[in-house]
Amino acid sequence: MVYEERNTWSTVVVTIIAMAVYVVLVLQQAGGGPLTDVDWAPLMLWTIGASIVGSIVISIVWGILAGMRDPDGVGRSDQRDRDIAHMGGRVGQAFMVIAGLGAIVLCAVDADAFWVANTVFFGFALSALVGGIARVVAYRRGLA
Amino acid sequence: MVKPTRVTNRIRALRAAHDDMTQAELARRVGVTRQTLIAIEQGRYSPTLELAFQISRVFGVPLDDVFSYPEE
Repeated sequence: MVYEERNTWSTVVVTIIAMAVYVVLVLQQAGGGPLTDVDWAPLMLWTIGASIVGSIVISIVWGILAGMRDPDGVGRSDQRDRDIAHMGGRVGQAFMVIAGLGAIVLCAVDADAFWVANTVFFGFALSALVGGIARVVAYRRGLA
Repeated sequence: MVKPTRVTNRIRALRAAHDDMTQAELARRVGVTRQTLIAIEQGRYSPTLELAFQISRVFGVPLDDVFSYPEE
């Protein structure tokens, strides 16, 4: 497995865990009441921060372990990695656009800030997740 | 989901004809990872034109001795 594929796997795994943890924490804090009463900002910011740190830590640890097995491949990327990254970016971008449009619509109807922020948050998360899955599939099955 | 390339190649045969050159050696000489070279050899990735020329140059043959495309 090449360096960039490991990074992609790290992103996918961390994104899934982060989304799940965030949803659980929000539901716990809501305690069956309205979701708009939840103090979502710290939860969301901590989740985003932890995801970034988690992805970096996993990539470094995995990179060290992989480097012990195959020192030649450490940190290397090439044309195929760039092509796959572009393809994954295009796939993921659709969710950013949907989230952006969703946020505009929610603002237009004076929705609570909770819904606006979470629409954008899940747009980013789904963009990272779906784009990452598309990249992993391209690494495994090919990009012709 | 992934449309297979119609470009075929003779990289494996050419490696064998060049003292059983390893995939790792060819990858090193053209500046890509071994995994990328494997993907090209198996038709799972179409190389850029520049990379295709570099591969053919390693074997000392014209480009269409390495890569070919069906007439239709």
